[in-house]
Amino acid sequence: MAVAIRLQREPFDAAAEAAALAQGRSDIGAVVTFTGICRGDENGEPIAALTLEHYPGMAEAEIARHVETAERRWALLGVTVIHRHGRLVPGEPIVLVITASSHRHDAFAAAEFLMDYLKTRAPFWKQVERATGASWVEAKTSDDAAADRWAKPPGRREAAA
Amino acid sequence: MKLLYFAWVRERVGKPEEDIEPPTEIATVADLMTWLSRRGEEYAHAFENPKVIRAAIDRAHVRADTAIAGAREIAFFPPMTGG
Repeated sequence: MAVAIRLQREPFDAAAEAAALAQGRSDIGAVVTFTGICRGDENGEPIAALTLEHYPGMAEAEIARHVETAERRWALLGVTVIHRHGRLVPGEPIVLVITASSHRHDAFAAAEFLMDYLKTRAPFWKQVERATGASWVEAKTSDDAAADRWAKPPGRREAAA
Repeated sequence: MKLLYFAWVRERVGKPEEDIEPPTEIATVADLMTWLSRRGEEYAHAFENPKVIRAAIDRAHVRADTAIAGAREIAFFPPMTGG
């Protein structure tokens, strides 16, 4: 399966990455492309910028582990994950997850799974910058709950796929 | 062994990494956090709520009761906010 995992400071081109993944393939019937974007607010308060710190070496390894899990669980034909780090301003893309499969169910499910795990297990930490100063974003329990639901045994439809 | 600190753990400790040799009776990640918190005020502040601190040994997530013997690199950090 074609897997691309990249960590970078620079922005990415989601359409170009999706095209690269699907190019020349006659077996891919579904490509799901998710982009996470830096919002202009955090906790209802406007922000000037977002800085992402990460653990080099572990971030790539952890993303790779989750991609492997997704591969075992769904019938995927390709996965691309790009996660930026460094200082970003509102409107900039932060993370890209692309999944490809023959049929849409697996591509959708795997993309959601990967995002839920990126939110809780990938070693990145966000710091928001405001006129008043910088502060660390706190992890959300809703993200943990989202990740936890993937630990339930697969439903009938997933098992059938 | 090498210790790495990230985010506000790093800010409180005052450095991103250091090399240490903990005494042999320090068996687990939890023991190590307790030992570190006694090294100085900045460590005590960083580890004042150990339940909130996450750890990784050799770049893989571990629980606080995991043994540290043989670890080359141990990282301490707050809950993650990637994605």
